[in-house]
Amino acid sequence: MPNFNDILIMLPEFFLVAAACVILVADAFMKPAERPFLHWISIAVLVVTIYLVVRGQPSGSVTAFNGMFIRDGVAEILKVFALLSTILVFIYARPYLVDRKLFVGEFYTLMIFAIIGVMLLVSAGNLIMIYLGLELLTLSSYALVALNRDSKLSSEAAIKYFVLGALASGMLLYGMSMLYGATGTLDLAHLHDAIPQSTMPHLLVFGLIFMIIGIAFKLGAAPFHMWIPDVYQGSPTAVTVFIGSAPKLAAFGMAFRLLESGMGDLSQHWQLMLAVLAVLSLAIGNLVAIVQSNLKRLLAYSTISHMGYLLLGLVNAGPEGYAAAMFYAISYALMSTAAFGVILALSRAGFECEEIEDFKGLNQRAPWMAFLMMLSLFSLAGVPPLFGFFAKLLVLQAAIHAGMMWLAIVGAVFAIIGLYYYLHVVKVMYFDKPVAGTEVRLQPDFTLRVALSLNALALLALGLYWGPLLGWCKQAFAG
Amino acid sequence: MIDPQMFQLVCFYAFAAVTVIAALSVITLRNSVHAVLALVLTFFSTACIWMLAEAEFLAIALIVVYVGAVMVLFLFVVMMLDIDQEKLREGFVKFLPVGLVVAVVMLVEMLGLIGVRVMHAQTMGVNPATAAGMSNTAWLGMALYTQYLLPFEVAALILTVGVIAAVALTLRQRTGVRHQQASEQVAVNARDRVRIVKMAAERPIVGEPGSQSAPAEEPKP
Repeated sequence: MPNFNDILIMLPEFFLVAAACVILVADAFMKPAERPFLHWISIAVLVVTIYLVVRGQPSGSVTAFNGMFIRDGVAEILKVFALLSTILVFIYARPYLVDRKLFVGEFYTLMIFAIIGVMLLVSAGNLIMIYLGLELLTLSSYALVALNRDSKLSSEAAIKYFVLGALASGMLLYGMSMLYGATGTLDLAHLHDAIPQSTMPHLLVFGLIFMIIGIAFKLGAAPFHMWIPDVYQGSPTAVTVFIGSAPKLAAFGMAFRLLESGMGDLSQHWQLMLAVLAVLSLAIGNLVAIVQSNLKRLLAYSTISHMGYLLLGLVNAGPEGYAAAMFYAISYALMSTAAFGVILALSRAGFECEEIEDFKGLNQRAPWMAFLMMLSLFSLAGVPPLFGFFAKLLVLQAAIHAGMMWLAIVGAVFAIIGLYYYLHVVKVMYFDKPVAGTEVRLQPDFTLRVALSLNALALLALGLYWGPLLGWCKQAFAG
Repeated sequence: MIDPQMFQLVCFYAFAAVTVIAALSVITLRNSVHAVLALVLTFFSTACIWMLAEAEFLAIALIVVYVGAVMVLFLFVVMMLDIDQEKLREGFVKFLPVGLVVAVVMLVEMLGLIGVRVMHAQTMGVNPATAAGMSNTAWLGMALYTQYLLPFEVAALILTVGVIAAVALTLRQRTGVRHQQASEQVAVNARDRVRIVKMAAERPIVGEPGSQSAPAEEPKP
């Protein structure tokens, strides 16, 4: 029977749900001129939630609602960074939304519901909770992608996202039903115990394959990456920056819960599947990114390659590998928010600063923005001493320790290939002449500039001083 | 005499086969009305499988909610197709064979279910409701509000997101359109709409219309 203690364990989630409902109702009674108030309330709510997550963190792992919800170190770290990146998204998105008359209360409520989905997903202790958390996250995301109703590109992206997302959910659900058939339980901890005794090993592997397909769809790993470029390019940049951050952390959390907590004993089966997905993602992501002329699309293909690196960490199937993969997911979330943040800062009404052409000679027009963009692109490419370099180093190390030297070599080779297209953008910003007629004007929003600077400089700071964060990640998987 | 277990197994495979075939027909049939009929059959066969597993409440809910809702959908399809009354009557005859097939398959499925119950076949697994000595519905309610409380509430959140998304994506506030203000209509007073003017009762004054013009015209002739 659920009791009061269960509610205390889930306090951050309960608080966020209540706050989302209050914001939803408050928005209905607010005049458009009072919306900035809603913006600050939303940010304050997320800050309080981070406080609640960190403050009430128990030592070790506790469960609530009959094992449906797990609160442990892994969930804590993922939640803190997911909330943090959403705060950044709110700050970056506001001028963009105001310029395009998209500054509506639904943006904030849908975002908060999506983040509740992320929090439930990374804390799921039951296959049902994984499915429901995922649906909450993706349903909100579909609506956010389609938020700009007058844009044909957005509508197309939303339909593609919706159809492929529904297909992926169907695959995941099918895999879950197979696992239930083979073991008779939906609880991840019970599932873990029941797998060695199962009399139907083929059914288990059959279910596992469908689960892997579902995970790969949500991560955006090749060959299940089809939706990523269109959705990244088609959705409003304010939504793209969100899709590139918190949901990636959630997808890692989901993969960890399903593969390690649920099906750890089947690791000899899924290690090789993940390795194949990783190689395909690295190849497709890096090679197709080279020919892109749209920066958002380029970053979308770079996402696919980054998910390949994240999978390198998961292939290890040990605490070291999971810590490396989580470190990678966090670094990716921070890097992509910074890169998309610069695009948002340079966009204005009637001008989406998203073609690489638009960045020509940026250094002469907005040197600080060009510097921040360079930092985030170098970090994405994995240039030392930035954050992205150490993240790549750790996942390659994890792959080597898993006995997959060939995989690490493939990863290193594609990191060098990937360097080309990031450097190309940097070259365009610093050495090309600006194109006449593409006047770049910076958003005058003060908080945006401060947050963006902090975000990009954090990439440098965490690159120089990465020990504590890695220690935190390792501690979460050790306990 | 037929073995009850065998009969139950045969029924299960028959229902499953009908479900899959009907589901395939939904996406392959070109005629939208046929597709809807196939969808009805899919839901019905799924309900039959649940009935075999002794999940009676779920089976009935599926019939009431889904088949009922699909019937509404069916009506919408017919209404949207912009066909006149004459063609509709033709259509009724045209769709009758498919409708009859669906109805006969449903009838056979129902007879199969009754057969399984009459033969007292053993249940397919441990039924938690019978083990707890409760009816299926009572057990389901108990499970939803105790063990599965959290997923149940999260499902409610998902429905809320659905509502918010539907409003956000479809509500357009256009200016310059005449709206009906229900609150003002309700709050209106008789005094705001009808103005009662007090006037002294008037009598027609004798000779008044002609009294001014008549003397002026009189001298003319």
